[in-house]
Amino acid sequence: MSIDTTDRRLIEATQSGLPLVPAPYAEIAAGLGLDESEVMTRLQAMQDSGVIRRIAVAPNHYALGMTANGMTVWDVKDAAALDLGAQIGTLDFVSHCYLRPRSLPDWPYNLFAMVHGKTRDEVAAKRAEIRALLGDALRSNDILYSTRILKKTGLRLGKG
Amino acid sequence: MTAPDETDRRILNRLQEGFPISPRPFADVAAELGLDEDDLIARLARLKETRLITRFGPFYDAAAMGGAFCLCAMQVPEDDFDRVTDLVNAHPEVAHNYQRDHALNMWFVLATETKAGIGEVAKRIEAETGLTVLQFPKEHEFFIGFRVAA
Repeated sequence: MSIDTTDRRLIEATQSGLPLVPAPYAEIAAGLGLDESEVMTRLQAMQDSGVIRRIAVAPNHYALGMTANGMTVWDVKDAAALDLGAQIGTLDFVSHCYLRPRSLPDWPYNLFAMVHGKTRDEVAAKRAEIRALLGDALRSNDILYSTRILKKTGLRLGKG
Repeated sequence: MTAPDETDRRILNRLQEGFPISPRPFADVAAELGLDEDDLIARLARLKETRLITRFGPFYDAAAMGGAFCLCAMQVPEDDFDRVTDLVNAHPEVAHNYQRDHALNMWFVLATETKAGIGEVAKRIEAETGLTVLQFPKEHEFFIGFRVAA
């Protein structure tokens, strides 16, 4: 889907969040000189086409007590990577899972899975579950705990 | 920070799944949860203020708009970490940035409006910091439910 200049203005007006008022789309529309119905139609079209992944809350894992956040990384045989990644994705404690290129020699890992828990022990136990699932296809692995959030703003469009 | 109560947790779980595009979306969700519209809005305002919610609104996919996301990593000397953090975070294309306990100790995501933008921003960060930026673009994203139980 291609976005037009009105979509772009709508993105700029909403990318930092929705207003917490009873009729948020009407308020956005008023700010842009549009009708509420046009704003809703455009948002729905962008959601249907995937430009908007979802309209939702992003909870702060840390504040909810999920203070242990590990990026587990795995070097698995290429031929098995898509199948194994799909299996990792079904685990309910994995919040994101991606296949990425290796950066040899420093970085041999091609599967990345984010694991959250209340303690590092809990995350380590979950990592062991993933390890068991990967079996013989696994060559090496590591875990990188996050120690500090340095920035978290999400996508920001520049003034295009 | 105020700890979230049971109602807050129900709100967080419900709103991770999605939010209606309708004239009175808070009223719609409040009805589902057995709350008043005003109460839901007030609670969301408090959850944002106390930073239990980092964002509430549309999550845009840069790739679907012709742009790109890329996970990047750098090995930053510990005694220079704060200065490099400021240089990296100053770029609006840096959507989030985490310190991690590894030789590659800074991991950030670039979100740009064009595919070429990733390399351009990475090159600028390299020039500013004197450090190598490793790029790990996603080759495949495995489907995951979005929820984290609150």
